[in-house]
Amino acid sequence: MSALVVDFLSWILLLAGTAFALTGAIGIIRLPDVFARMHGAGMIDTLGAALILLGLMLQAGPTLVTVKLLLIGVFLFFTSPATTFALARAALAAGIEPAVEDKTAGGTVAKAAEAAAAKEGDERS
Amino acid sequence: MPHIFSLIGVLSALWLLLSGHFHEPLLLALGAISVAFVVFIAHRMDVVDHEGHPIQLSHRAVRYFPWLLWEIVKANIDVAKVILRRRMPLSPRVFPTQGMQRSELGLTIYANSITLTPGTVTIAVDGETLTVHALTGAAAAGVETDEMNRRVAGLEA
Repeated sequence: MSALVVDFLSWILLLAGTAFALTGAIGIIRLPDVFARMHGAGMIDTLGAALILLGLMLQAGPTLVTVKLLLIGVFLFFTSPATTFALARAALAAGIEPAVEDKTAGGTVAKAAEAAAAKEGDERS
Repeated sequence: MPHIFSLIGVLSALWLLLSGHFHEPLLLALGAISVAFVVFIAHRMDVVDHEGHPIQLSHRAVRYFPWLLWEIVKANIDVAKVILRRRMPLSPRVFPTQGMQRSELGLTIYANSITLTPGTVTIAVDGETLTVHALTGAAAAGVETDEMNRRVAGLEA
């Protein structure tokens, strides 16, 4: 009986995680520019991945596999913002401007892009 | 020095849990050698310190991470709602925000926390000024309340 309950919960988590991952993927396609698309990607590697990992942990039960799944989650949690930041910096350094509604933001973007380009230059030299 | 001991502990636990070998003496010895080698390299690279291995944060981080996880869950639902609308109610914006953290480690945790929360991404860091890209006005307002900022600054205290 309890095995059935755990199985049921695990499937709910797996399906919910898949739904968030799918929504994130739809977001990557639908959103207008590279900076907005990063938010869609962010959904996949936060809640999408976390729910799928939780669902798999329930399938694995109290074994070493569960510990490994937990570690995958921890590493993903620490590495995904670093890759997102590297992507954003590369986009800024390449001169891509985020499409923004608020026109006063122009100065902020220009300053950030300048800083990113300057840092890029430092590292190359 | 305490950083080295805690690094040895964490690496040994990681090796044991990932390998699942608890009894074979040969494998355990090889694992111990691997741990020693990694600690030696990390020590030579001079990364075994309060930044590379921040044990000083551990007891306060226990309170911060559950809060962050809940924020991530809420933000995911908000962004999913935006993406799945037929006409996406987007108002992307870029704005600067001042980190209240005193150390570079604190600033990094704050910048990464912003990025982990869908709807807001840190796109540039210059000193204490973070440049944030937000998908909607609501997501931007969430950062501008500075609640996350204060909580991360509280981690360092």
